[in-house]
Amino acid sequence: MRRSTFFAFIAPSFVLMLLFIATPLVIVGWQSLHQERGLFHDVKVETCSPGFLRQTCTTEIRSQPVRGADGKAITETRFVGLDNFAALLQPDLLGRALSGSRAAFAELLELDFYRALRFTLTFTFATLPLVLGLGLAIALAVDATVRSLRGPAIFVSLLPYVITPVVGALSIRWLFVGDGIGTAGLEGLTGQRILMLTSGWTMELLMLFYRVWHVAPFAFLVFYAGLQTVDQSTMEAAVVDGATRLQRLRTIVLPHLAPLVVFVALIHMMDSYRVFEEVVGFASQSYRISLQWLTFHYLTADNTGNRAVSRASASAILTMVGIVLLLIPLLMRTWREHRGK
Amino acid sequence: MMLRKFAAMAAVSLLASVSAQAACDIHPPMPIKIMTASFPAWKAVTTAMAECGNLQVEFDMLYRDKQPAALAAKPALYNIAGTAPNNLVPLLNDGLVRPLDDLVAKFGQQLTPNQLVRIDGKVMAIAMMVNTQHFMYREDVLKSLNIPVPKTYDDILAAAAAMRKANAVQYPFAGSWKAGWDLAMEFINLFPAYGGSFVGAGNVPTINNATGLKTLATLKALTEYMDPEYLTADAASVAKQFQQGKVAMSNFWASRAGAMDDPKESTVVGKVIMAAAPAAVAGGKPATTLFWDGFAIAKNIPDQEAEYAFRVALKGIDAEMVKANNATAVWLIKEYQPSRLSEGAIASAEQGAPSYQATTAMGLMHSALGTGMADFFTGRKTAEQTLASIEAAYTTAARERGIMK
Repeated sequence: MRRSTFFAFIAPSFVLMLLFIATPLVIVGWQSLHQERGLFHDVKVETCSPGFLRQTCTTEIRSQPVRGADGKAITETRFVGLDNFAALLQPDLLGRALSGSRAAFAELLELDFYRALRFTLTFTFATLPLVLGLGLAIALAVDATVRSLRGPAIFVSLLPYVITPVVGALSIRWLFVGDGIGTAGLEGLTGQRILMLTSGWTMELLMLFYRVWHVAPFAFLVFYAGLQTVDQSTMEAAVVDGATRLQRLRTIVLPHLAPLVVFVALIHMMDSYRVFEEVVGFASQSYRISLQWLTFHYLTADNTGNRAVSRASASAILTMVGIVLLLIPLLMRTWREHRGK
Repeated sequence: MMLRKFAAMAAVSLLASVSAQAACDIHPPMPIKIMTASFPAWKAVTTAMAECGNLQVEFDMLYRDKQPAALAAKPALYNIAGTAPNNLVPLLNDGLVRPLDDLVAKFGQQLTPNQLVRIDGKVMAIAMMVNTQHFMYREDVLKSLNIPVPKTYDDILAAAAAMRKANAVQYPFAGSWKAGWDLAMEFINLFPAYGGSFVGAGNVPTINNATGLKTLATLKALTEYMDPEYLTADAASVAKQFQQGKVAMSNFWASRAGAMDDPKESTVVGKVIMAAAPAAVAGGKPATTLFWDGFAIAKNIPDQEAEYAFRVALKGIDAEMVKANNATAVWLIKEYQPSRLSEGAIASAEQGAPSYQATTAMGLMHSALGTGMADFFTGRKTAEQTLASIEAAYTTAARERGIMK
């Protein structure tokens, strides 16, 4: 292909990427290093609020925003360096925790950011093997069923993946809420009062279960496609040589699927590091929060109508850095293989 | 076909608005738009406003988040903002609502001085009703166990223990304690009643002290007698539990009192009594906070439009509306007749319950309490750690906002 043709082809996608990915990234980066503050001054104000029949008036010193000529509150934006990151990461405490202080470490895990990081990492690494394993198991099972049943089997296996994440999370939550059917069933089986949503770890288990249920079909789909391209002559040769099903799986099928495993692992890690719907769906924020949820939380207006945009930007940048760090080993492996060929 | 259906619908709605206009002689030439929270009192008021025609109502439970942006537009997307002390703060801070003194002088003869919400001497909003959390209890349960009506939180704990012992109800106590705004409200009710104040000079937080610890301890003691899933209980679900006879006592919103006597939903009609909110210490003021609901008028609209909007809004809170909806709320309107259901709210107000402090500092404190308190109740943090982290969260936010050095 001529160089000019190549550029003409990639130009639209390049422009769009610049506009919708690079520009927001730069802006978020800029915001994470700045803070916009309102200017306030203390004024003596008389406030009267209605009671029943009588009004109560109080005169007190209140912080009122300073207004410009246009009546708008004046704000100033200033460069604060890494302050926003420090507010999230608390470097002093981190330093003490890393130098071996147990108390500092326990305190660290109570901070929003580390709490979210702990959950996000557990979530990502606990679901990964389960999704890969379950996906592969379903793929092998469907591949082994008679041809006429494969269509319906694929359809049914794909269903959980089709459901909107928030709706799926909500429905699982409603199953296991105090008086839900799921809870009632479990109580009937065990004869004990069960409360799934009153402690963090049961909620975490439900969230893990939900994510595996939701994403396993994706792994299944990829692996099933991979299984269709396994070299049949090698398989037949193995059968002739008397290899068992397990031996065939280990020596022929799995090596063949290896690049796909890496691919699914990559996508899954990227997705689950950004876990968000589960926290919203299960309303788990008193017990478990994720990094993505933390960013969202900072962006939500507080009771004064203010949004902590700077801290949200810092949190978003940290999430992105986290994803990149997670993916580096897998990306390096892919790169090495690519170069090896 | 579709088009014809729409035409027919438009014709019908036009007819409806024409006939509705009969009761109101204001006839605004431009559409009057209002955004409010969605609860029965607002439905009654907007229905009365609609009699003037040309009214567009938007009920939205996210009004607190949406109003500032909607009123900042030029022209503002709504003429009238349904508001309450806490969510008036962002509107005032950004200068999005207009002073109403002129309009009140010109058209507001029906208003009592009590209804005028004054900030810095200027009328910034008109109140139509008060709302507060008060003590609701099942009279039959208390009587059958010979328990006197609790007056303080200690009394409530004693009564709850007696009910638990007699196995009288499933959960002796309930409350809308959902983590976030609601849970913080419980602290805000109780903490000043123990003598605490939320911020000091220079907006420095003053909650991390013995009073704060006492407040958390009392709240924690109550949870012993509550539905274990109390951290997800909102007002609607508590009302339901009351109606189903599962709970016997609650410090609960007056605006939900009416639901107790609704024969379609409630199994405890006539058995629930509303009393003043319990005191924190014997002989103290009721440990609750007074709220009002009312409206403000957008700044970024032409004066003439504001005048029509104000008049239409007054039409919504006139004598006729109150007469038709007397039991719907504790109205501040002259013609209102207090009923059995409003006794608790009125008693709380008369015994000196404080009003919600609508300040920026309080807004930030409310948010910080809302996110921080749950950790104490889930057992993640001790009371001391919880107050320290709430203090830290408030300080970060207050510095970012610019109200604290």
